[in-house]
Amino acid sequence: MSQPIEGGLRKVERPPEPSALSNALAFGWRAVLKFRHVPEQLFDLVMTPIMFTLLFTFVFGGALAGSPGEYLQFFLPGILVQTVCFNAVYSGMNLSTDLGKGLFDRFRSLPIWSLAPFAGLMVGDVLRHLIAGGIILTIGLVLGYRPEAGIAGVAGGFLLLLAIGFGMGWIFIVLGLLISTPTTVMTLGFSFLFPLVFASNIMVDPVTMPAWLRAFVEVNPVSLMASAIRGLMSGNASLGDVGLALVAPAVLTLVLAPVTLRLYRRQ
Amino acid sequence: MDVQTVNTDVSSRPLAIEARGLAKAYGELRAVDGIDLAVPEGMIFAILGPNGAGKTTLMRMLATLAAPDGGSARVMGHDLATAPQAVRGSIAMTGQFASLDEDLTGRENLLLLARLWGFRGRTARQRADELLESFDLTDAAKKQVKSYSGGMRRRLDIAASLVVTPGVLFLDEPTTGLDPKARQSVWRMIRELAGSGVTILLTTQYLEEADQLAERIAVIDHGRKIAEGTSRQLKAATGSGFLHVALADPARLDEAAGMLEGCLRGVAQRSVEGAEISIVAPSPAEANKALAALIADGIELADFSMGSPSLDEVFFALTGGERRVAEEAGA
Repeated sequence: MSQPIEGGLRKVERPPEPSALSNALAFGWRAVLKFRHVPEQLFDLVMTPIMFTLLFTFVFGGALAGSPGEYLQFFLPGILVQTVCFNAVYSGMNLSTDLGKGLFDRFRSLPIWSLAPFAGLMVGDVLRHLIAGGIILTIGLVLGYRPEAGIAGVAGGFLLLLAIGFGMGWIFIVLGLLISTPTTVMTLGFSFLFPLVFASNIMVDPVTMPAWLRAFVEVNPVSLMASAIRGLMSGNASLGDVGLALVAPAVLTLVLAPVTLRLYRRQ
Repeated sequence: MDVQTVNTDVSSRPLAIEARGLAKAYGELRAVDGIDLAVPEGMIFAILGPNGAGKTTLMRMLATLAAPDGGSARVMGHDLATAPQAVRGSIAMTGQFASLDEDLTGRENLLLLARLWGFRGRTARQRADELLESFDLTDAAKKQVKSYSGGMRRRLDIAASLVVTPGVLFLDEPTTGLDPKARQSVWRMIRELAGSGVTILLTTQYLEEADQLAERIAVIDHGRKIAEGTSRQLKAATGSGFLHVALADPARLDEAAGMLEGCLRGVAQRSVEGAEISIVAPSPAEANKALAALIADGIELADFSMGSPSLDEVFFALTGGERRVAEEAGA
């Protein structure tokens, strides 16, 4: 502690102003570093979907679709949608944690593009979705899932997944900005998501459901997303299916991105 | 409310911070209730006040983190309301709670900020390493911040504010929670920074800190500035002389305080633990008379002295007096 501090204290002028993209990339780099330093977070993200995949396939698969193999063919694209939706909750929790620590005060007092920290969050989300989705798909392939549309179908399905994750992400970013306790963000997030995910066509075909429930399931955005991913990966998706799946993410982005910016500036 | 303007002779240096009537309310609570500030460039300026006085809110407004409801301010010549991004470009803020990413290493934290400021590749790395070395953190550079001690965090937090030399550095309670050694080390950094021309606005609830560091001090209570000046001026304004009395019998503290208040027509500050009383004495002669009255009444003194007040006494005289007036007005 007795060292002179001339080096750090010398007068350093501000470099030329960086672009918004450069700011966003810096935050993206932070998200990547988080994966390196806190690999445990991936464990949380993939354990639930792995358990769901295994339990549903082997416990209910035979009863629901005749055989576990046939059920997996139906269920796997859906579980990818569920994984991405649940992942978004963790992103909101992380944001709430960051805000609680005063870290964002430093970011907000910097002369940077004000949405850059959120762009960084999105980079983290995309990585999370790709990693979790990749693991689930691998397990599915090992268990016998076969995407009829091949690599192109899988790639298309994953692109749509990222769009879904991006849209859903806004809900939890807004919750993260509004709620200062990360566990409350999680509880609220899951109590909103569970009915949405279960009352969809992710797990079962709605034909056996009572009419009132079926009416809901058929318009549930999660069902539309699951159908589109299923279609893309098996090669029979129409442009309309994909368009319908994108309605909710697009609406969420258009409505919630400005809300996010306002909440962030107001704080 | 009469602000004691102790001295208006703020030298002719250009102003780094110039605030007029800044105000901010949270619901019914007027956290900051019309504060003027004029801080010349290169000065260490302390904002002193108890918890909840409005210090942090005032600082957050000046650092563009909270929008004022009223008043205006210029920081390094940039208007807070119309040019917040220019203000941000010429300040840095170290908040009360470490504004660091706990999961990243110390070096990564500094690299992130260097990149956000616009340094690239090698330049960013060099700046980060240089700061780590200057703040004696080279050994801990590759450890996650969550493993750092309080003193190390604080050093890294200040280093993070110096990636680009700010015109104004805001430090919100820079030594709260630090041990004496770490506190000394932070104080030394602050002095060196001010020596290199950085204007420093710090909040503190430690009178000693304000006394040790600051060229000027503003005392804030209930969102208002109740006094401003150098430490010496504040002490002088409270009373040229302070009479300190220690009683042999603590049981007679109230009685003795009452007598002194009667003789010297002031408000006595008592400390129960040491059976001590402090009160402003307009002159040594009057102090003498008051002491004689105590002795005549059979109150035995363990010790007494005349001297200038400590900043603590100034502070309590200022804030205590203010509360009394408010209570009387309410009653």
